Amino acid sequence: MKNKHKGGTKAPIEVTHTKGATAYKYQNYFFFIPAVSSLLAIAALLIWGLHAGIDLKGGSLYQVKYPDGRPDQSSLQSKVNELNFGEVRIQPSNENEYILRQRDLSNEDKNKLHEAVSSFGKAEEVQFNSVGPSIGVELMQKAWWAIGMITLLTIGFIAFAFRGVSEPVASWKYGVVAIITLLHDILIPAGLFAYLGHARGAEVGALFIVALLTILGISINDTIVVFDRIRENLNLNINNGHKIEDFGAVVWRSIMQTLTRSINTSVTVIVMLVALFWYGPESTQDFSLTLIVGMIAGTYSSILVASPLLILIEKRQKPKVVAVAKK
Amino acid sequence: MTDKHNTEAVSYGTEIFIRIFRALLVLAVTAAVGYFVYSNMHPGSKHAFKYGLDLSGGSQLTYTADVSKIEAGDVPALMEVLRQVIEKRINIFGVSEPNVQVEESSAVAGTKAHRLIVELPGVTDVNKAIESIGKTPLLEFKLLDEKAAAMQKAAVSLAAGIGSSTASTSASSSALAGVQVDGKSAADLNPYIDTGLTGRYLKSATLEFTSSNGGRVAGEPIVSIVFNDEGAALFEKITRENTGQRLAIFLDGQIISSPRINEAITGGKAIISGGFKPAEAKELAQNLSFGALPVPIELASTQSIGGALGEKALGAGVHAGLVGFVLLSIFMILWYRVPGIVAVIALTIYVVLMLALFQLIPVVMTAAGIAGLILSIGLAVDANVLIAERIKEELIAGKDVQHSINEGFARAWLAIRDSNTAHIIAAVVLFWFGTSLIKGFALVFGLGVVVSMLSAITISRTLLLALPLKASTKIGHFLMGSGFFK
Repeated sequence: MKNKHKGGTKAPIEVTHTKGATAYKYQNYFFFIPAVSSLLAIAALLIWGLHAGIDLKGGSLYQVKYPDGRPDQSSLQSKVNELNFGEVRIQPSNENEYILRQRDLSNEDKNKLHEAVSSFGKAEEVQFNSVGPSIGVELMQKAWWAIGMITLLTIGFIAFAFRGVSEPVASWKYGVVAIITLLHDILIPAGLFAYLGHARGAEVGALFIVALLTILGISINDTIVVFDRIRENLNLNINNGHKIEDFGAVVWRSIMQTLTRSINTSVTVIVMLVALFWYGPESTQDFSLTLIVGMIAGTYSSILVASPLLILIEKRQKPKVVAVAKK
Repeated sequence: MTDKHNTEAVSYGTEIFIRIFRALLVLAVTAAVGYFVYSNMHPGSKHAFKYGLDLSGGSQLTYTADVSKIEAGDVPALMEVLRQVIEKRINIFGVSEPNVQVEESSAVAGTKAHRLIVELPGVTDVNKAIESIGKTPLLEFKLLDEKAAAMQKAAVSLAAGIGSSTASTSASSSALAGVQVDGKSAADLNPYIDTGLTGRYLKSATLEFTSSNGGRVAGEPIVSIVFNDEGAALFEKITRENTGQRLAIFLDGQIISSPRINEAITGGKAIISGGFKPAEAKELAQNLSFGALPVPIELASTQSIGGALGEKALGAGVHAGLVGFVLLSIFMILWYRVPGIVAVIALTIYVVLMLALFQLIPVVMTAAGIAGLILSIGLAVDANVLIAERIKEELIAGKDVQHSINEGFARAWLAIRDSNTAHIIAAVVLFWFGTSLIKGFALVFGLGVVVSMLSAITISRTLLLALPLKASTKIGHFLMGSGFFK
């Protein structure tokens, strides 16, 4: 083994980061962080689950502003309870506003609601949103299809892009590894929102699904950058007279070579998203938070999930290769 | 030897000149596009930004249409008529730029639903709109009283004659009110007489073409209408008593056709013919069928956003974009030095191009769309990072600056292509997934991917190559390097 690495250092491309080449031996430890965070996320999802927003399950949201000061929340609650709209959840918002959430309301129902909240003084409607259940159901169905489509297309695309690389790991396996990595990346924000739903009543709507789908699309970047470098290094080895180098060493060399840019490309996106979260409109705050968490998960997963998995796959199939070599 | 050296020096000089010229050209074009964007900033300008309801304030009403009683083949045509009817009703309110569109549930949904989406910019009190949209469309057949019509015409022209001397519309209408015909005000005169025949009695209306027999011109479009038994009796009575007169057809109070009754029609089958273009005949047939079997609609969802909330959201979005851009620029310049500065310039060009596209296409800006743009700025710089890192690696390998730039671009290209393809896949699926909210995001995101690939590969490269950093001087190496690399 040692000899192989010495041989490796002589290659012209391998100028820096030679230390990283031995790190892959500890790959089992690298699974630790993603494994623990995935387990926590799964636990959160199982225990608390996600609270679907009104655009996914139907219902209504009514935001009202009292320019002359808002009434006491409990008296507002007892007033709207008289309307028999079922459960009405009231939440204070800004300085003099309330957000009321209840079942979907017809226009007459909404007028009654407005009348009821106006009995405390001048009340202005800030926004009203009511969604019938059928539309939400359809959106959910579409969401599952969209996740499935992106997943399949990504496997297909990576298998295609890396089609030249079939030794020692078949190109479609890169696709599968990328997808496992992606599932980890969306599991973490989903787990976070299960927790936030429990702790703060956060709801997930269509924008949350959009955020997850976007994570599927963009957090693959880091994985592609590492895979791209593995592809290049494997080709360089072949061009160097079929230099024999342990696959794990190639993978870790590639990771170390791409570490800065993997982190930096994520940092640039995260910087923009943090600005959006901090200063942006309220309606996209949860959206940006989902993306930030997904991007962070995506950055470490390309190093701590994707690459070790590749090595693992290669190790599993090794006996076969040896057998062929013996022939 | 010296000769050769000289020509090399000359060609090197020209090359530098060409490179600088190209870079200046890129900057000049950007300045022009930037001026275009700036000059269209005002809400009234020709290519002003279009804002969605969540930023401008207004309401969106989504109706589900009950098409269970309609044959599947007729549904699209009837939905289109429904759309037109609702659009006319809304136009009466004087809402600026209302938008009424038909939407079908996607192929993957369990049941196929047909929806009508009504957007009312600037309107948050939807009571009146809901009331008028919800009315069942009414198809009526009315006789035209030609005497009354002639009188009304005369009265109107008389009133106009009086009014023209004062040249004021209010004067002319008050003059019109003053003209009396048979003891009635001319303005109140209604030349159409109710017959009691309505869409309720109509069984079907279809577009047909004449055949050549009977001495007719073949292939002329006609509309064939069939009444039910009750309607047939009523229709026969009307046509017998009013042969030679005009029987006007009204949909929702608006006249859609006014054919003359040629003879008494028995059996409940009639043909409206004469001088139709096929498209006109088709429209008439559709209007009639719609009146015969109106598509019941039910309000499925409502969304109203106050103008103040929308304005706040827009301001916050712009603020977030600016803050993010500044932070990103600081990071890029500190870490990547000269390539960082070039990346920031390329990114500025990217934003200007995107804004110009938003104005030109035009893309309706929503809060999600702004989020998409902000996200895409972070992604657009991604290609620049890849390129800068690659250039640094080439420099470490001991190559000179120009060579490193060319190699850096060439080697970064595969990764840029692959990651952008993955983004485009996501954008296309998102666009398909989308409700209007999501489509806005997907469109901006997808557009951003394409434009950013262009700006990173062509613009950054042009600008970097124009830099007068030649040979491997220490300072050149430092400026082209990044991070902790010296």
